[in-house]
Amino acid sequence: MHNASLKQLSSQLAQRKVSSVELAQLHLDRIARLNPGLNAFVTLDAGKTLAQARAADALIAAGKAQPLTGIPVAHKDIFCAKGWLTTCGSKMLANFVSPYDAHVVERLGAAGALVLGKTNMDEFAMGSSSETCFWGPVRNPWDRDRVPGGSSGGSAAAVAARMAPAAIGTDTGGSIRQPAAFSGICGIKPTYGVVSRYGMIAYASSLDQGGPMAKSAEDLALMLNVIAGFDARDSTSLARPAEDYARALDATSAGDRTKPLRGLRIGVPKEYFGAGLASDVAAAVDAALAQFEQLGAKRIALSLPNSALSVPAYYVIAPAEASSNLSRFDGVRYGYRAPEYADLSDMYRKSRAQGFGAEVKRRILIGTYVLSHGYYDAYYLKAQKIRRLIAQDFVAAYKQCDLIMGPTTPSVAFGLDAMTSDPVQMYLNDIYTTAANLAGLPALSIPCGFGEGNMPVGLQLTGNYFAEADMLRAAHQYQLATDWHLRQPAGLE
Amino acid sequence: MQWETVIGLETHAQLSTVSKIFSGAATQFGAAPNAQACAVDIALPGVLPVLNRAAVEKAIRFGLAVGASISRRSVFARKNYFYPDLPKGYQISQYELPVVLGGTVSTMVDGTEKTVRLTRAHLEEDAGKSLHEDFHGMSGIDLNRAGTPLLEIVTEPDMRSAEEAVAYAKTLHALVRWIGICDGNMQEGSFRCDANVSVRPRGAQVLGTRSEIKNLNSFRFLEEAINYEVRRQVELLEDGGTVIQETRLYDPDRKETRSMRSKEDAHDYRYFPDPDLLPLEIGESWLAQVRAGLPELPQTKRGRYMREFELSAYDAAVLTSSREVADYYEDLIEALGGGYKLAASWIAGELFGALRRAGLEIAQSPIGSRQLAGLLLQIQNKAVSGKTAKDVFEAMWAGEGDAAAIIAAKGLTQISDAGELEAVIDGVLAANPKSVEEYKAGKEKAFNALVGQAMKATRGKGNPTRINEILKKKLSG
Repeated sequence: MHNASLKQLSSQLAQRKVSSVELAQLHLDRIARLNPGLNAFVTLDAGKTLAQARAADALIAAGKAQPLTGIPVAHKDIFCAKGWLTTCGSKMLANFVSPYDAHVVERLGAAGALVLGKTNMDEFAMGSSSETCFWGPVRNPWDRDRVPGGSSGGSAAAVAARMAPAAIGTDTGGSIRQPAAFSGICGIKPTYGVVSRYGMIAYASSLDQGGPMAKSAEDLALMLNVIAGFDARDSTSLARPAEDYARALDATSAGDRTKPLRGLRIGVPKEYFGAGLASDVAAAVDAALAQFEQLGAKRIALSLPNSALSVPAYYVIAPAEASSNLSRFDGVRYGYRAPEYADLSDMYRKSRAQGFGAEVKRRILIGTYVLSHGYYDAYYLKAQKIRRLIAQDFVAAYKQCDLIMGPTTPSVAFGLDAMTSDPVQMYLNDIYTTAANLAGLPALSIPCGFGEGNMPVGLQLTGNYFAEADMLRAAHQYQLATDWHLRQPAGLE
Repeated sequence: MQWETVIGLETHAQLSTVSKIFSGAATQFGAAPNAQACAVDIALPGVLPVLNRAAVEKAIRFGLAVGASISRRSVFARKNYFYPDLPKGYQISQYELPVVLGGTVSTMVDGTEKTVRLTRAHLEEDAGKSLHEDFHGMSGIDLNRAGTPLLEIVTEPDMRSAEEAVAYAKTLHALVRWIGICDGNMQEGSFRCDANVSVRPRGAQVLGTRSEIKNLNSFRFLEEAINYEVRRQVELLEDGGTVIQETRLYDPDRKETRSMRSKEDAHDYRYFPDPDLLPLEIGESWLAQVRAGLPELPQTKRGRYMREFELSAYDAAVLTSSREVADYYEDLIEALGGGYKLAASWIAGELFGALRRAGLEIAQSPIGSRQLAGLLLQIQNKAVSGKTAKDVFEAMWAGEGDAAAIIAAKGLTQISDAGELEAVIDGVLAANPKSVEEYKAGKEKAFNALVGQAMKATRGKGNPTRINEILKKKLSG
């Protein structure tokens, strides 16, 4: 049951082979057994989850089930969920119970899915290892001495350890794809504006995008079908007709079952295979590209000349926006307030000094600096110009190809504490992932093999704007021909 | 040395929308603290701003009314600073690309026209309010006002005296009310000015160092604050000192300005485009739609009244002092089917006098335009004399009914019937032989005495014109 796809779960629920309550309990039991060692979940509320399960069972009994009705979904703790502690991995919000639902939570709720629990994350989504959490680090189910990636590390570990059938994460510079790669699961960051940011605690507003994390491309499509769509409460949400992201999954090129991806042009940027890429990752990605060729796709060598600038541009723009977005956490209206202070500015100083962790403070300081009078042009404005150049690189690339593929990360998951003392090295982990956020493009990661220490390797697919269905189709066809996505960490049973 | 004063004004006009500029919460004044603060206004984690198009429309109305250019694309920016009544830790405003650029406001100062150039007008949200009383050493925060839409209207340094600044502010105040974008209530803070004041030797080209006096919420304070500040700066300079650039507050009790913060303590607001809001795009069709809904503007109306109705410049100005007055006037002349000057003099005279004495606005007048028309029709038909009409007006003001009813009830109908008047006059002539004799001897005054007697005999109801005619005829016969 833990390995069942969403489609299989849905059909078993529909056939009444299992009830939603049983399914929820099954997962809650597994969480109770595995979570103490992994720290993937920070808040559980069996009462609430089971109440939703009972309601789902009633819907199923009444014949009113939708594809996700009755299925438990884990939510990254960055999403506001009514009545749930919503901490964003921070001491600052350790006592914050949200009075409202985020759009994503609302959508999943309306579809009959259950909130299984809130997952651990880097504090305010700032990190690539899920070690900056106020609630302690998340551990990688494949090797507990390694990180699961971040910032959506809790969601990734929850799915990887089969504690949740699927989860929701957010991706500002790779925070869905990188932990998906490190944890051997799938994750997609949709085109900016496809999933509403309403109720998703902002890190860097122009880059943040919510998305699903699951065991397969097919499951991602089913999840995306529910959470995507226009929301008037987010001014950057795109008003587009609803689409079925699963519609193209099984579409194969006419007349050739052995070459389902015939005609697909895969762009392979040389910049993604340069210095800094570990050989085990390179080998797995190369084998995956060969597999895509087997399926009929054509490999096209190309260049994204400004790739190397994406990390520096990202680490100017994201902290700039964050420094302003996090100003609301001031101890005045909700959240943490220092117990003792002399006056107003002392209250601000102490509440924020005590409430935020080191990485959050570092980024607030960087952001404040780059927006300051006299530095704005040299940093923020220049980064915005680079951002346009990066987007233009992709526009040029998509004249030659349909999808761009490469490694999701330069290495497999690294050890706990291996990089905490070297933030720049940590930031370089995002070298392949930040460009999609800067350009607003959709990108996903799927498992494509194993590297050093038998740790999973992720393959990244970046598509043109709104190409999610095509990307998911390519990933699904690859998953029909391979079984990397079905592999599971050992020692959990 | 002769000094020249240079003044520029920044005015915050609260736009009269039903809901806030970035949330659906109500903007009504006077609600219980925080009763009108929703999740967005409180800045809960995860909430996002959504622009209220009604606020944009009012900004466009203003831009069109002052002949400004409306930016087809403008950008909302974040102005970052910490204060408890600023829940997000930043104010959403417009910085580099405002919605309204340029424009002018013309006003009359001492009988001559003064034109003030506008630099820009931009949309922004108001902050909440800190309450420092009743909290035992702590402060209370009321976020009802947080997110209220404001239009900040910035002038060039074009004014040369407090008098000019006040004239501009009053004209602007009338204009924003006229075009229906702001209720102009200064006690409630709906219209408040910051004055940038500097002095320089007369004839100098370079501007002196300015100080900015914040939050002046009455025309009197504006005038007093500027005059005080000019005196302060001149004295300082004449004593060999220098003016420092700073923000000052006006204390109306002590009638002086005092320093709030100097330029050195000024915040670095770290403005940057708000990534939560897309650039504001204003298309031709929206612009055309707003333009079509714009009322005739006061200066246009004033000219038309002088041209078409042959009113004096004074009457035309009085009648276009607010849209309510102009509406009253136009309603009145429509009911009269003319009588432009009669209507104008009654509004500017009797009605305004009575309103002023009672401390009322024209909208609260106990005599509506249709009621006043009823009275003026009686004058036009010569049913009452002008003098009697004033008594009727008093009765109407006191709520005794319509003009016709009062005239009938009090028997005030003017006697114009020749036979009736001749009988009265015959009696007067018979009773005053001395006056008749004097008149015939050439004393014009005696005639007036006889008219007075005739009026007295009719208890004021006699038509004076008719009495004159009959009397003359009889005396010459």
